[in-house]
Amino acid sequence: MDDTKKLEDEITAAIVGASDEAVLEAVRVDALGKKGRVSLLMRGLGKMVPEERQVAGPALNALKTRLNDLIAARKEALVELALNARLATEKVDISLPARPRPMGAIHPVSQVMDEVAVIFGDMGFAVAEGPDIEDDFHNFTALNFPPDHPARDQHDTFFLNEKNDGSQMVLRTHTSPVQIRTMVAAVERAKKAGTDLEPIRIIAPGRTYRCDSDQTHTPMFHQIEGLVIDKETHMGHLKGCLTDFMATFFETKVSTRFRPHHFPFTEPSAEMDIGYARKDGQILIGQGDDWMEILGCGMVHPNVLISVGIDPDIYQGFAFGMGIDRLAMLKYGIPDLRDFFAADARWLKHYGFSPLHQPNLATGLSS
Amino acid sequence: MKFSISWLKEHLDTDASLNKIVDAMTMAGLEVEAVADPAEKLGAFSVAKCVGAQKHPNADRLQVCTVDTKDGVKQIVCGAPNARAGIWVIYAPVGAYVPGIDVTLKKAKIRDVESLGMMCSAREMQAGDDHDGIIELAGEDWQIGGDAAAALGLNDPVIDFEVTPNRPDWLGVRGIARDLAAAGLGTLKPDMFGEVSGGFDCPVEIKIDAPEACPAFAGRVVRGLKNGPSPEWLQQRLLAIGLRPISALVDITNYLSYDRDRPLHVYDVAKLSGPIRVRWGTGERFEALDGKEYEVSTAMCAIADDAQVLGLGGVMGGTWSSCTVETTDVLIECAYFDPKITRATGRATGIESDAKYRFERGIDPASLQSGLDAATQMVLQLCGGEASHAFMAGTPPTFECTIDFPVSEVKRLTGLDLDSAEIATILQSLGFGGKMSGDVWQVSVPSWRGDAACKADLVEEIARIYGYDKLPQASLRRAPGAVKPLATPLQNRARMGRRALAGAGYLDAVTWSFCARDDAALFGGGSDDLVLANPISSELDCMRPSALIHLIRAAQRNADRGVADLNLMEIGPVYHNDSPNGQRLSLAGVVRSFPRRHWAGNRTADVFDIMGDVQLALGAMGAPVGNLQVSDQTSSYWHPGRSGVLRLGPNVLAEFGEIHPGILAKMGIDGPLLGFEIWPEAIPTRRAKGGRSKGAQNKSDLLPLSRDFAFVVDANLPTQDLIRAAKGADKALIADVNLFDIYAGKGVEEGKKSLAIEVIIQPKDATMTDAQIEILSKAIIAKVEKTTGGVLRG
Repeated sequence: MDDTKKLEDEITAAIVGASDEAVLEAVRVDALGKKGRVSLLMRGLGKMVPEERQVAGPALNALKTRLNDLIAARKEALVELALNARLATEKVDISLPARPRPMGAIHPVSQVMDEVAVIFGDMGFAVAEGPDIEDDFHNFTALNFPPDHPARDQHDTFFLNEKNDGSQMVLRTHTSPVQIRTMVAAVERAKKAGTDLEPIRIIAPGRTYRCDSDQTHTPMFHQIEGLVIDKETHMGHLKGCLTDFMATFFETKVSTRFRPHHFPFTEPSAEMDIGYARKDGQILIGQGDDWMEILGCGMVHPNVLISVGIDPDIYQGFAFGMGIDRLAMLKYGIPDLRDFFAADARWLKHYGFSPLHQPNLATGLSS
Repeated sequence: MKFSISWLKEHLDTDASLNKIVDAMTMAGLEVEAVADPAEKLGAFSVAKCVGAQKHPNADRLQVCTVDTKDGVKQIVCGAPNARAGIWVIYAPVGAYVPGIDVTLKKAKIRDVESLGMMCSAREMQAGDDHDGIIELAGEDWQIGGDAAAALGLNDPVIDFEVTPNRPDWLGVRGIARDLAAAGLGTLKPDMFGEVSGGFDCPVEIKIDAPEACPAFAGRVVRGLKNGPSPEWLQQRLLAIGLRPISALVDITNYLSYDRDRPLHVYDVAKLSGPIRVRWGTGERFEALDGKEYEVSTAMCAIADDAQVLGLGGVMGGTWSSCTVETTDVLIECAYFDPKITRATGRATGIESDAKYRFERGIDPASLQSGLDAATQMVLQLCGGEASHAFMAGTPPTFECTIDFPVSEVKRLTGLDLDSAEIATILQSLGFGGKMSGDVWQVSVPSWRGDAACKADLVEEIARIYGYDKLPQASLRRAPGAVKPLATPLQNRARMGRRALAGAGYLDAVTWSFCARDDAALFGGGSDDLVLANPISSELDCMRPSALIHLIRAAQRNADRGVADLNLMEIGPVYHNDSPNGQRLSLAGVVRSFPRRHWAGNRTADVFDIMGDVQLALGAMGAPVGNLQVSDQTSSYWHPGRSGVLRLGPNVLAEFGEIHPGILAKMGIDGPLLGFEIWPEAIPTRRAKGGRSKGAQNKSDLLPLSRDFAFVVDANLPTQDLIRAAKGADKALIADVNLFDIYAGKGVEEGKKSLAIEVIIQPKDATMTDAQIEILSKAIIAKVEKTTGGVLRG
């Protein structure tokens, strides 16, 4: 029995001393391989008398199990040692700069257009569009600007070259022509289907143009038009709709004021002011008691409805138009309108928005 | 339009404060732009009396004055020659800001003599031009410490407001007063001028040969008058609103023009020869009161006598017949000129005059006789003389407008419940009349309110005077039920494309829709129908055919500012012609790839990076990216060898590549630049089959396997052809084909290249046997060899 104990001690020492997996494997073969020393002892069991075997058998089996466990444990330790040794050689200077994965940015005009669409979408407005190059009919005449009327002077219109027939196309001076196109299409749809005119609720964001360029005017700018036509919408809804819009857009309570004004295409017409305060050169919307003009609006003029074939005694509604660039400037504290169109990378990065921030009301408009 | 409070009070009986007046104007639709209260800047100044003056001991031209002021007796050194004991003066104390010399007064020693304050000249107070001496208040009826502004008659605030084109009556103070009276600010006073009957027949005959331009001309001669400077009150009134007093006769016409929107003209009778004719021009030349010469075209209304043109009707009088201090007999013109013809003449001549501004907006057609009488009375009062009978040539346009007005319109359009009596009161206070009872009223419109033509106009009048702030307010809710998509597929595409590219590093820009015509020509545009007739500058005189133009220029500007590595994009319109369908939405991008050196190395973007970006954007916008074909048939502004088109059949979805170096050279841009143009409208709309369901996922447990092949093909074979051919060998089993190597050179015949591909095979129902794989491999080789003319590389 002492021999067995001695053998176990020897093999155990060899296992523990094995410096790598190859040595350990050699030790294992030497002990437990086909011709290993323990294996040979086990083979000798067959020659023993049953009484002896009953004692030696379990002892040898137990020895085999102990050695196997030891080898497994040692193997695990060796694997870990080897890994640690490898890892020790694989150290990087983690303070090195990363490989950049720059994200771009969304222009404030794009972002604010999306914000505005979300707010009006919640009130049931769809988004409509129309061409930038318009004819006189859609930009002026159908909107109740009589030909050659001083009201047209206020528009600083860009004209395209005169055509052979003497007519001139214009760059739309406002998004209101989209009203006309929308109503004409709706009237045609109703006629075709032989039904009543469906209620209309649209906003029309887009580029607009006026022949004007100074610190606060650019020859191109963005407007958003709104139009509601049905059988019951009155000026009180106009006030409510736009007051709700301002509060939602500026994400704070905003005081509003409606003043009479004149637009050829609305009657009654109004301009809307919002309350603000100026503090340390900053404009704070919703505070203080100064008023700032923010948009023009009114009930759609009966002449406009007539010009598109809608009966103004049956249908009624309101329209409004406001500047998107200005909304963006006010909400996000952007000082100079002219920078909007310069495509300056530093400006775009500073005032731009993450593309992942798609405005919606569920998560907060601008959070 | 400017007017002063004292002027307003000639017509409006009110004790409302300035603030109240301004508020009432604002809420009645008269948008106040500026309020100038001269008293404000004169607040520190007060009346004082100079009680003693002695020569300055150290200066010949200075005097040391003793002045009795509100602050007690002060010693003031003064350089004015008229400073002397006994005069009433205007005193500015130490600490006061003197606007005319932009100085805040300090206690001073002038040549060793202490001076405590200042006695002011008119110019120093910005109360006039006079700087010959200090102000001397006339008479003795003054109090020490009295308000300087009041003493100088400068306590008359001036309001400037915007007159909307529909309200020419607001171009007269009386029209403003009428609206403010209606708004509850006071009562409208009766007109101060009545009828005038002359003493003799009008000696100047007036004939109208152009009734379209001038339907009526009321005239009258006043003879034996004396023209000189107008009285102080009249001069002050004109000066306050920025008009220069000239002479009594001229000042009267200007006064009435602003007082009641009644433009007038006066002719010196001594300079007239023969009758006055109102006729069309004949191309003659004429010198107007602005000192410039104009050609009077056949479309212009000329006021002429036998000798010459005397004036452009409704626009401007002429130098020849103008009134001077020698004038003793004057012909007063009070006419009606057609708005459109007046406007056309103004536009053709470039003349902007108060008269033209008023006539083109339309003056009250009923104002000819009363206007003439008012002018006559003023002339008689200020210049004396004797008036003739009035002479009316032609007939003023009749203004008769009655609106059938169901009073229920007020509620229908505004939501406001107002009782009939209140509605009637408002309309009447504005001068409307007619039958105001029953369900449908017959409202007659006053002659000065040509803008009111329909029911809605009356509703506005009622709501405006009642107060928009008092209208009910109601939120607008969306219709109940399911929300329909409110954006069009194209709008959604644009938004997804923009956000996908921004996520990939692009900066979203917005640039002008117009560009320089020369640039437009480089990008296939610049046609005549897209050129602006009145551009803001020659750099922006043509609608852009491509958004690349400004992006390219912006890339250069950014580079010049040190931003060399840049990805810019823009979603916006480009223009092919001037019709509504000639405008197209473009998603364009420009990449200037100058990456900063990086410790781990880096690479410059090339055409295949751009292609990847384009595919990313197209994918985000819902295009079937895997089905797109690429070809090299790009537009002329791309590098012919390094650019491509992505298309679905004949339908071009995008072009991309390097911008043509020749184009960049012509634009003066440093290259190379990469770019792309995507056409979101060209992306086919995906039809939703079977609703929104995405269908079952293919969850095959069978491992995909891959086989590599290399083919030797012609060097100019588009790789795409080989990949397509390989894919086409068995569409059911081949999941993908990946090109992993291109080789030409040793071992490959001249004019050929070797393309190595990895074919990914996805077994469908069961693991494939070697035999099956072999069959598939043969099919692939056969298909590729047949399609491309290549051979399997041994």
